[in-house]
Amino acid sequence: MANFAIKMESVYKKFRRGEVHDSLRDLVPSIFGKVFRRTSSLDMKKQEFWALQDVSFEVDKGEAFGIIGHNGAGKSTMLKILSRIMKPTTGELIVQGRLSALIEVSAGFHPDLTGRENIYLNGTILGMTRREIGDKLDAIIDFSGLQEFIDTPVKRYSSGMYARLGFSVAAHVEPEIMLVDEVLSVGDYVFQQKCIARMNEVISGGATVLFVSHNLRAVAELCQRSLLLKNGKVQAIGKTNEIITKYMESTRNINEEDPRKILQITSVAMRDFNGPQVQFQLGDKAWLDITVRGVQPCEKFAVCIYINDENYYNLFNTSSERLGHGPYNIRTGETLRISFELLIGMAQGTYHMGVLLFRYDTNVAFDRWEPAVTFYVGTSIDGSRGIVPCNPKVVSEEIAGEMH
Amino acid sequence: MLSNIRELMKYRELLIMFTWRDIKIKYKQSVLGLAWAVLMPSFIVLAGVLVRVGYAHVAGRPLLITDLAGVAVKSIPWAFFVSAVRFSGNSLISNTALVTKIYFPKEIFPIASIASSFFDLIIASLVLAVLLFFGKIGVSMLILWVPVLLFVLVILVAGISMYMAAASLFYRDVKYILEVLLTFGIFFTPVFFNSSMLGIYGRYLKWNPLTSVLEGLEDVIVFQKYPETSWLLYSFLIGMFLLLSGYVFFKRAEPNFAERI
Repeated sequence: MANFAIKMESVYKKFRRGEVHDSLRDLVPSIFGKVFRRTSSLDMKKQEFWALQDVSFEVDKGEAFGIIGHNGAGKSTMLKILSRIMKPTTGELIVQGRLSALIEVSAGFHPDLTGRENIYLNGTILGMTRREIGDKLDAIIDFSGLQEFIDTPVKRYSSGMYARLGFSVAAHVEPEIMLVDEVLSVGDYVFQQKCIARMNEVISGGATVLFVSHNLRAVAELCQRSLLLKNGKVQAIGKTNEIITKYMESTRNINEEDPRKILQITSVAMRDFNGPQVQFQLGDKAWLDITVRGVQPCEKFAVCIYINDENYYNLFNTSSERLGHGPYNIRTGETLRISFELLIGMAQGTYHMGVLLFRYDTNVAFDRWEPAVTFYVGTSIDGSRGIVPCNPKVVSEEIAGEMH
Repeated sequence: MLSNIRELMKYRELLIMFTWRDIKIKYKQSVLGLAWAVLMPSFIVLAGVLVRVGYAHVAGRPLLITDLAGVAVKSIPWAFFVSAVRFSGNSLISNTALVTKIYFPKEIFPIASIASSFFDLIIASLVLAVLLFFGKIGVSMLILWVPVLLFVLVILVAGISMYMAAASLFYRDVKYILEVLLTFGIFFTPVFFNSSMLGIYGRYLKWNPLTSVLEGLEDVIVFQKYPETSWLLYSFLIGMFLLLSGYVFFKRAEPNFAERI
């Protein structure tokens, strides 16, 4: 037996765009149509497209492997093929071991059943036996933090509670191979950390984990190796760090010219002292280079930059004017190049950089690009987690007991 | 085929779970609770009684207690047939989230639907048994035929359900066609009447595989005589053919479920 858990070999998956006949009433005329008009089958061919093309990779036993890619890159199709819900058009998938998918774990919930009943139902769907669930029931309820509501029908739950209960069940399945979707994007921060901790536990317990996500932070924390999917093809396979850099690079692009605008941001790039970079460490210096082109003459504008977190919550913003530079005047065809220096003061996470061209006295926004650059900040040196570095130190410690 | 069945056996716990879920939800949602299982068939029985009263009036003969008992005995399995086929026919569509997200043998859905409808049949039968006792309908050893007849009925239901569940997923109007067939099927099935009432045309009704099962039940419970075994064998063979071919059809279609739903 080879030492791999999952092996995909030149997997192709074809989909059909547009409408498919889904009623007998449409089917009958279309059959007649096909008989009399030979062209219709050709039209069908045109609408086909490949969701996955020549995808091959291997995941070793006990490895945590990440699959990242933009929306529409084929991640969901990949997941469906891995979990055997869909068959590849051609190619082969070999899975060695009991595979359990944590794809939308609350899919099996029934709104009218109570939390407890749903734990049994969902646990069984995920492949546990009733006895196993019975043994772990307390642990599951505990993990979800929903003790008080466990005998309430889940239709009365908030969506967060729903998802928490779903993941709690899924987290207690003990598969040999675990397929993880975006389940980590649910719940509050504390719960997310709990989930990551639990997944680390599963990994260190020897299970193979396949993590499909665009939550780069989670991928970086969990997976040693990753695969980058782009337009259904494997772009790269390698160390997660390198793959994340490639992913970030592929997000950077240059704006096409838009004649309706007065001013246009034509390029935004981030670099460190070595050159283009989108991965940083806490305390690094970063430079942001922006080019603005005057489509029409424009006066007194400022360049504003801002940083948002993954949830597009604004963390930081400033502008050339607030920093005492400008405002700028520009004529048609002229370009303004401006560079900002920044200190990366955030802890681990994925952040989006936005750029805005704004005139303060008339309150007019000329152009906005968001996210112009997505960048990633690696693990804090002191091992603490979260988005704000508080530079923690233990300054006193003491164990006290009662005196007799 | 064998490997499919072996896999299904591996997932039997899930099958039990879904059956339990369907039963639980049905009785939880309705205020009537268990009365639900009795209410549906009693309505059919009531309609049957009306038909039989009308028939007795026109024929100018008195209405016998066995007539009513016969209608009741046939109405309950008919109610089971209708609800099981309808429920399992829609079982894949109503579980879209699970069909598209998680892998397991999907025939679990129609089978669980049939099982939970069978639970209703049992509840209604218990009530009926009490009524028959008060109606002074006796019991004989022939009652042992009942499980055999119900077995044939379940085979038939399962065969039809396999086709319907898969077909309604691919073609949305199958559901409406099925609804029409189930509504008017009662006119082509001797529930309110007996095939013998149609005279020489009665035998055409026997081609309906449900006829021998329902009349067989009436024979062994109400009239205490043997069912027509040759027609029963015919129903059984039809049922087995539907079930086996339906299962193959279902399994062939299964890899496309997630894409087409």
